[in-house]
Amino acid sequence: MSKRTVEVELSTSGLDAQGRPQRIPLVTNDGGAAIALQPPPGLEPDLEGEHMLINIGPQHPATHGVLRLVLELDGETVVRCIPHIGYLHCGFEKIGEYRQYNQIICWTDREDYLNSIGNNVAFALGAERLFGIEITERCKVLRVIASELSRIMSHLVWLGTFCIDIGAFTPFLWAFQRREEIYRLIEKWVGARLTTSATRVGGMAADIPSGWMDGLRQFIRTFPHTLDEIDRVLTRNAIWVGRTVGLGVMTPEEAINWGLSGPMLRASGVDYDVRKDFPYLDYETYDFEVPVGTNGDVYDRYLVRFEELRQSLRILQQAADRLPDGPVNIDDPRVILPPKSKATSEMESMIHHFKVVMEGPRPPIGESYVAVESPKGEKGYYMVSDGTAKPVRWRIRPPSFVNLAAIPKMVEGHLLSDVIAINASIDIVMGEIDR
Amino acid sequence: MTRFEVVKTGANATGGQPATQRNVSHRGGEANPSAKALQDKFSSAIKRVEVIWAETVVYVDPASVHEIIMWLHDDQSQQYDFLSDVTAVEYRDAEVPIEVVWHLRSLPYRRFIRVKAQLPKGSPLEIDSVWDIYKSADWLERECYDMFGIRFRGHPDLRRILMWEQYKEGFPLRKDFPLRGRFSRSEQLRQALAQNPEARYSMEELTIADAFAELPEDMRERLGKGERTGE
Amino acid sequence: MGLSASTEHRTVSYAPESQEGWVTTRLDFLVNWGRANSLWPMPFGTACCAIEFMATAASDFDLARFGMERMSFSPRQADVLICAGRVPFKLAPIIRRIWQQMPQPKWAISMGACASTGGMFDNYAVVQGIDTIIPVDVYVPGCPPRPEGLIYGIRMLQEKVKNERSSDAGIRDEMEPDPSSQLYIPPSVIDELGEPFGNSVNQTRSGL
Repeated sequence: MSKRTVEVELSTSGLDAQGRPQRIPLVTNDGGAAIALQPPPGLEPDLEGEHMLINIGPQHPATHGVLRLVLELDGETVVRCIPHIGYLHCGFEKIGEYRQYNQIICWTDREDYLNSIGNNVAFALGAERLFGIEITERCKVLRVIASELSRIMSHLVWLGTFCIDIGAFTPFLWAFQRREEIYRLIEKWVGARLTTSATRVGGMAADIPSGWMDGLRQFIRTFPHTLDEIDRVLTRNAIWVGRTVGLGVMTPEEAINWGLSGPMLRASGVDYDVRKDFPYLDYETYDFEVPVGTNGDVYDRYLVRFEELRQSLRILQQAADRLPDGPVNIDDPRVILPPKSKATSEMESMIHHFKVVMEGPRPPIGESYVAVESPKGEKGYYMVSDGTAKPVRWRIRPPSFVNLAAIPKMVEGHLLSDVIAINASIDIVMGEIDR
Repeated sequence: MTRFEVVKTGANATGGQPATQRNVSHRGGEANPSAKALQDKFSSAIKRVEVIWAETVVYVDPASVHEIIMWLHDDQSQQYDFLSDVTAVEYRDAEVPIEVVWHLRSLPYRRFIRVKAQLPKGSPLEIDSVWDIYKSADWLERECYDMFGIRFRGHPDLRRILMWEQYKEGFPLRKDFPLRGRFSRSEQLRQALAQNPEARYSMEELTIADAFAELPEDMRERLGKGERTGE
Repeated sequence: MGLSASTEHRTVSYAPESQEGWVTTRLDFLVNWGRANSLWPMPFGTACCAIEFMATAASDFDLARFGMERMSFSPRQADVLICAGRVPFKLAPIIRRIWQQMPQPKWAISMGACASTGGMFDNYAVVQGIDTIIPVDVYVPGCPPRPEGLIYGIRMLQEKVKNERSSDAGIRDEMEPDPSSQLYIPPSVIDELGEPFGNSVNQTRSGL
């Protein structure tokens, strides 16, 4: 039986004096099977101080869109993280300067597309502040219903994708099943599933159709069952807990200084919720709790968002019970279109319709910053008017943009696989970050 | 694991539970008490105070922005600890100066204030960074630089954030920038496709990756002169 | 528009009196049947359409019915690039790179108005249709398309795959862009399509 010795190159063994990979002899029998591998002495790889650069994204399933992270690794530990954004920069703010206030509402759908109807509400509130309009009571309650439904939709996508990132697929399917139910409700109301454009300055695009509330009540009744199911699968699950506890901790002081908002800030133990602290839409009259974490890690963010789902259901229940009758739109011909039937039959109404659509309502000179509690955090619309029908400046205060800015701090010192969990816990949506 | 004490917002606030604002008047509402305190403390640096739609706007001297915001953040009777937003406004009227806007919130007092500094046209667009006071200003100021070209003095890493570093068309949110960009569509596409997605690392990353030689010639030259890379 | 890879006219002639093509035709049928029903998608999801794509993949609409539940997040094991969402200029080289990394045979679906034409984002940042960067087989309109719409587009692509003939020499040619401009459509056509109404800094043109 003959032996054969071949020298093989192993890149991990380092380089020789000429810069070529070192070779080590591999001894095989004549069948070709290795019988001995003899590493020469003193060839243990010296990896100390060797840092490695890893690029994640922009097209990567765990970056929730087109985020790009460049990580400097020491072994498997993250030494530094440099995020790159802007791969979805679509110039929303520039377009806003060329559009009338009611037209901009269509863009707010596409900006944070998980929370589209909530953005419509936020933008309408900002524009109404700029116009000095007080909306009707029925409209307020409808907008609360819209905002909370949208919060549930957004948190369900977050939950589903977070589970996929960590390796659980089933909750994703459960979450998306319930989302389809909300989609059906919203489609009945405004005619679209995702890009709703549901509000107008001074009211809503449409009142809810008859029988819609029954669908909502049915949803409120059955949704806790799904929540309990997901809760049972995840919250006490050893793998889930092991992959989330103690990661990406932000102390309350750091969280405030880094400008975190929404569930990210509350998980760090700061009790700041725009609905409670700077209320809008009469949120102070609803009875709900603001969940607050005490550890500021990924697991606490999960718990906070999960509890928010339940609190949103409470608000929805109260809103459904108190929905008053009456008009949805205010009675102000400056901003509100005449009824469609009149616009096609009466000359005055037609001219009125034409004026509002073509010239657009004009707010007085001024500016307003209206912030709402979006599922991601404090979402603000800052509008500056110079008295024309189009804003001089339409600024979006993007909560996940500011939240994401803290990721280099959060991932430092953690393992590469934990970066995925931390990134998922921020609940980023690139449409809003890059705008 | 250490557990944090829960920080309650509104701990120092007076006047009971906050409520939704109703029937807000256009001008002349009640000003935020911080505005009065600012006027007492920095008399000449506060140019004027306005109340628009119940929001207090304080126009300050651009030279003392950092000092004023530092005081708002540190002073025990103000405690503006949360920076909501940093942005800029350019008006359609070319005579009106560009405004840099800070939206500050005081969580303990539940107050909101807008600080504005005017940068006249023709003068260099430069202002002090508040990054050393609020870490959240990092990306917000970078975005403001990217979109308006306003330089923030003292920012540690002021480079483009949304557009790529070799973007040649200018600052998109300026009023002299056309909606569809300065170049033709095919030229924009050509320039975009000419980027090498793998060579686009920042200076720090390039030193780690040892990939400096991979860069285009002109970029290497500019970097050699000490310019920061973007991207 | 410079979209065809070769100039020869491609037709499949069927002559029942000649049995020469029988074996390859039946083989084509088998191969295409297998291919069409196991298209592995490479989801290039950027924006709103990606959420509807996820809804399509989830249990209510269930992409697994078409053999597509295996999302291939690596382009090297994918058959169909589904571009779901708007593509800004900054992303243009990335999608080109991903397309080049996919092995033949490969197809592309442009999902939604923004990917197909730029949609409502007719501004400085967004590519006016990804067909200027990569060749597209099926366009799905909608903002975003409903899952039914995407499924219809997938069915159309399956039809296309089923009608391919292996005897067709040019079918697996890698479509190369124009070497000077690196584009699939001549620059003059892009300019004409991209700016039919010109370009302006005037935000209140009518003075209103």
